[in-house]
Amino acid sequence: MLKKLSLSAALTLGLSATAALAAGGAGHVEDYDFSFEGPFGTFDQNQLQRGLKVYTEVCAACHGLKFVPIRTLGDAGGPDLPADQVREYAKLYEVYDEELEDFREAKPVDHFPESALENAPDLSLMAKARAGFHGPYGLGINQLMKGMGGPEYIASLMTGYVDPPACAPDDFDGYYNRAFTAGGIPAECKDENGYSKIEGSWIGMAPPLDDGYVEFDDGHENDLENLSKDVSAFLMWTAEPKMMARKQAGLTGVLFLTVLAVLLYLANKRLWAPIKQRAKDEE
Amino acid sequence: MAGIPHDHYEPTSAKEKWLHQRLPIVGLMYDTLMIPTPKNLNWMWIWGIVLTFTLVLQIATGIVLVMHYVPHVDMAFASVEHIMRNVNGGHMIRYVHMNGASLFFAAVYAHIFRGLYYGSYKAPREVTWIIGMLIYLLMMGTAFMGYVLPWGQMSFHGTAVITGLFGAIPVIGESIQTWLLGASAVGQPALNRFFSLHYLLPFIIAGLVILHIWAFHTTGNNNPTGVEVRRTSKEEAERDTLPFWPYFVIKDLFALTIILLIFFAIVGFMPNYLGHPDNYIEANPLATPAHIVPEWYFLPFYAILRAFDGDVWLVIIVDFITFGFVDAKFFGVLAMFGAIAVMALAPWLDTSSVRSGRYRPMFKWWFAILVVDFFVLMWAGAMPAEGIYPTIALIGSSYWFAYFLIILPLLGIIEKPTKPPATIEDDFKAMYKKDRSASGTPAVSPAE
Repeated sequence: MLKKLSLSAALTLGLSATAALAAGGAGHVEDYDFSFEGPFGTFDQNQLQRGLKVYTEVCAACHGLKFVPIRTLGDAGGPDLPADQVREYAKLYEVYDEELEDFREAKPVDHFPESALENAPDLSLMAKARAGFHGPYGLGINQLMKGMGGPEYIASLMTGYVDPPACAPDDFDGYYNRAFTAGGIPAECKDENGYSKIEGSWIGMAPPLDDGYVEFDDGHENDLENLSKDVSAFLMWTAEPKMMARKQAGLTGVLFLTVLAVLLYLANKRLWAPIKQRAKDEE
Repeated sequence: MAGIPHDHYEPTSAKEKWLHQRLPIVGLMYDTLMIPTPKNLNWMWIWGIVLTFTLVLQIATGIVLVMHYVPHVDMAFASVEHIMRNVNGGHMIRYVHMNGASLFFAAVYAHIFRGLYYGSYKAPREVTWIIGMLIYLLMMGTAFMGYVLPWGQMSFHGTAVITGLFGAIPVIGESIQTWLLGASAVGQPALNRFFSLHYLLPFIIAGLVILHIWAFHTTGNNNPTGVEVRRTSKEEAERDTLPFWPYFVIKDLFALTIILLIFFAIVGFMPNYLGHPDNYIEANPLATPAHIVPEWYFLPFYAILRAFDGDVWLVIIVDFITFGFVDAKFFGVLAMFGAIAVMALAPWLDTSSVRSGRYRPMFKWWFAILVVDFFVLMWAGAMPAEGIYPTIALIGSSYWFAYFLIILPLLGIIEKPTKPPATIEDDFKAMYKKDRSASGTPAVSPAE
């Protein structure tokens, strides 16, 4: 009886968990490999520079990076552009100057402009804001063990424009994307409880990247997957520019505390040794 | 202090005597640091030091963060990003402070469950327990208000949900909610006052911590056997105890170092793992996140809050007999605060004559279930309130109340405890006798 009960409980649990995921709209997120994963992972400077190029030529048309100062493109631990290139890069943008009460050419001290389109979200922190894969079953294991997070999501979104599922009508508004979960889903693709039967949803953004959209001076591969990964890496840097310094500080802290722990362990052992010896002797 | 006979500070030099006659502060510090402490304290008696350290850490990092933070709805989010990007070491200070809250709660839960298992709440330590519960409540208030300050999506909508709980109180609820927020909705007045209170409450906590320490220094520490230190003579007391310095200070510092090692690994390598990604989106009153989830340390009580929905027969009955005065929403609020209240009442609900769970064969298992229950509730609180999850939360919540209101009072009557050792000295000796004879692993009970 009990066995039967627990079996059915487990079954319901499993079923409703899938239902719950579907209600939030499950998305397909590919576990791409990035150089900055894991405790010792670092940014690949060349990849960040390629990602910057993709951002500048494609994303920047609609999206902004309002929290990112342009000068930080020259920071170590980031794209690390030389100072003259940062100055040249800044000139690509125009910013509003409150003192001049007019637009002027951007300088390195300025931030990247805000999004040009009202419904295009700012991308500064997107790689941290889309890191929510607390799966499976809300236990956060994918994030912990596979390092899945925002960059995987962004790259999956870029590569997620696949043919829409058969249930969808041809004229449904937007573009089908199997990674995007916050968009509209046609009624034909939902079950009787209103839960989605498909992966992903329809997004307003047209597919921004495709094979060969951006050319690199060094002839680096520029198929869709590579471009997607490069721009995701760049957006991880814009979201967490001090990541390398942080990991280094963490490592220093851990090493220092390990040494301290050993010393304190030995001090404690020695301090208590006579007390414990006396307890043994008296017994 | 402590009622345990021990040596007191005697000023020796002329200067010391001069000061001691005018302000006996050195004597106070001496007595505090040299307090006789039971020899047999195990590794669950380290959390006090961890908590004290964390309080200081949070205040220190918090003061630096305040130097750069702007409590304004248009600038708060950007000022946090300014700290993360431009302030020297700002990203580390902020991540330490952010994860420091998690460390604080992890330690306080370990500390509370230690107290629940070893009966530290029982006479004569009820006042220590009650002060501890007040500290815990203030910690929750402080952590909640601190979470609002970055003004992200979760900050904003979390505030709306939590202050909405007070709105569920009949008749006066809406006025209370408006009074808390300083307006009819979450906005600038709420942000400003939460900032002010987030700065104030830690100092009240610090004051209560001093009372907490004073209280248990008056009664003496509990210990794993729950047997009191012998107080008839100084010689006997000395056979049961050792001075806090250096024996327990060094032991606790070693434990603290291990805890901080784990803490630094989290801060350095995965600082956002325990947080919610939505809080990296600036607050937008017009876009509500799909699932509003509090931080992990609130989840067990959040689960209790949501467990009692309008489908539960108890809620329906209460709603009916109070003529709708206590509706499902208000019932949930009462249950959430009640869950903490029953814990605070543990000293009077536990009827057992034996203090430590180590000598209570039945209690051990019920307690172990309570610990599991706590984690199940935590998990259920993070899941969406649909499908099987509300049922799991309801079972978990029911056990929580049943443990304190039914099991604890009944166990004292039906359980036959085993015999604790006569003295702490005997227990301490037995630990090392076992070491010698049976290859060193003392029998571990389910909860130790």
